[in-house]
Amino acid sequence: MTAEAIKTPEGPPSSITERTVAGRQARTRGLLLAPAMLVIGVFGILPLFIALTYSFLEGGTYGGVEWVFSTEAYVQLLFERDIFEETLTFNTAYLEIFWRSFLLAAFSTLACLLIGFPAAYFMATRPAKSRDFWVFLITIPFWTNLLIRTFSIQLILRDEGVINIVLTELGLLAQPLQLIYTDFAVGLGLIYSFLPFMVLPIYAALERLDFRLVEAGFDLYATRAQVLRRIVVPLAKPGIVAGSILVFIPGLGAWITPELLGGGKELMIGNMIALQFGSSRNWPFGSAAALVLMAMVLVALVIYVRNVGKSGADHG
Amino acid sequence: MTKVFGGGTDVVRALDGVSLGIQENEFFTLLGPSGCGKTTLLRLIAGFEQPSGGEILLDGASLTHLPPFRRPVNTVFQSYALFPHMTVIDNIAFGLEMRGLSKTETADHVAEMLDLVKLSDLGKRKPGQLSGGQQQRVALARALANHPRVLLLDEPLSALDLKLRKEMQIELKRIHRDTGITFIFVTHDQGEALTMSDRIAVMNAGHVLQVGSPTEIYEHPTSHFVADFIGETNFLEGEVVARDGASAKVRLSSGVERQASAPKDAAAAGRVSLAIRPERVTLSQSRQTGALNGRVETMVYFGTDTNYHLRLEDGRAFMVRLQNHEGAQAPFATGDEVAVEIADHALQVLRD
Repeated sequence: MTAEAIKTPEGPPSSITERTVAGRQARTRGLLLAPAMLVIGVFGILPLFIALTYSFLEGGTYGGVEWVFSTEAYVQLLFERDIFEETLTFNTAYLEIFWRSFLLAAFSTLACLLIGFPAAYFMATRPAKSRDFWVFLITIPFWTNLLIRTFSIQLILRDEGVINIVLTELGLLAQPLQLIYTDFAVGLGLIYSFLPFMVLPIYAALERLDFRLVEAGFDLYATRAQVLRRIVVPLAKPGIVAGSILVFIPGLGAWITPELLGGGKELMIGNMIALQFGSSRNWPFGSAAALVLMAMVLVALVIYVRNVGKSGADHG
Repeated sequence: MTKVFGGGTDVVRALDGVSLGIQENEFFTLLGPSGCGKTTLLRLIAGFEQPSGGEILLDGASLTHLPPFRRPVNTVFQSYALFPHMTVIDNIAFGLEMRGLSKTETADHVAEMLDLVKLSDLGKRKPGQLSGGQQQRVALARALANHPRVLLLDEPLSALDLKLRKEMQIELKRIHRDTGITFIFVTHDQGEALTMSDRIAVMNAGHVLQVGSPTEIYEHPTSHFVADFIGETNFLEGEVVARDGASAKVRLSSGVERQASAPKDAAAAGRVSLAIRPERVTLSQSRQTGALNGRVETMVYFGTDTNYHLRLEDGRAFMVRLQNHEGAQAPFATGDEVAVEIADHALQVLRD
């Protein structure tokens, strides 16, 4: 009582309560975020720093690292060191793996877009009641483990698989087609695994689209193709961007799919990195490759988002 | 220009045997309550829906099976449907670009349209940065830029507040006059229809009930629905005693006989429904034998007018509107016994 009476002349009591309310809100916000920040810190940022540290150390003979500073891991990405003469020769083997991974991921992203956009458009133009059903159908593949789904593709594509047996029995083939352990097989596997990640964001964007805008386009003499290009695609762009990112990034770092469908012959970055921590026992090199992959993704993303953003601005 | 649309039906028979002829340069309004089929009719003309039967003709040539982008018809949508990712200029230029006009031609047309709707300084904005009234003007400019033969307007003013709506009504009339384009205007607002239209088609439940000028529709409604939907009306019962062309002598239940207007297809004899507008009658003090007598139950003051809600001797409600010539000095008070005086030709015989 007396304390309040003393405080009052200094500042109105309302401002004091406001301050404590603001403080309490900040604390609540901090508490709400804490679990997520903890997870990101322990399982995201900390391993990243470990990888960064390891990439600048020397590898141990039986795996692990020796605590000696070295840039050897990064040099190794581009050059081959002759064991006896200690000379460096330019080596494109790893660059090729990066390049192939990039092409495969880009190709499967494009294919997912071409397959996913019409599917999403179809779903978004269904009556509101049946849309949930279509979304449900899209999520069905997630009920089965990715490894098992990839195995089943293997069963379809292999020499004694469904496709080859049917074609041979029909007398169309004298000997089985080489389908499995090819870039085609890996690409197919990537498309199959990541297609829902393209469909769902595009669907979300199209579902919000006001289809009266499409009618307005037709009313203003636009043909179907023009309405698609000038109205539907620009307005679905946020979904297309999100879907492309969701397909491209996991595609670039994919491991199971190239492992099972590429047969270790057609390596992607993911397999190469796994190999360094496994049988090759070169942890610094694996860490360096992982970090370079991450840097590539970051750069690609920045370029992509900036270009898409710019072309969006050009539209008006 | 004639537009004939016969027997178009939707799944729910949104339109049932509608047939209309609309003149060139006309401001033609489709008026009716929501669900009466007026918007369906507009969408059929625009080409967004296909009729289940019937034809749409423009200058004698059929539009019925042309897709919307082949029709010389443009629409101003109820929600404007402006392209949110394009600037005002790009929105207006869209139809011109689609028709393959050159860049300079397009720019000229767009500038002309921006001038017409008085938005020249907002061309670089996007629709999201405009007020409702400004968006309305852009929608209008976008449709008019193509110089369509017919402009369809689907309740274009319904999203605006009252003051802005009044302004846009005047603006629309000016643009209609300046461009000389045929306007087909859809609304459920009878006041809007009366003030703006050259002719009005009143629709209900998929049928056109009456087509005519605003005065015809207001002064001579032919059906119960039209009389009731437009303005305020009193309904009475009467008997036709003589019939002569567009007029008929009717006897009211009180025994009074008056000349009334009658539609051609109304009953030539027997009992009929009659409509009379509240401002077409006068009141006099005290009951009179043989007149419509009643008692003032409620008075509603409107500034210029006062509405007197009467209860007639036969129990019917009846409303009379009197101008306040004497200012605050009301000639009648609640509870007064009064007689309603009806002049010849104030009554309208209804078909149903």
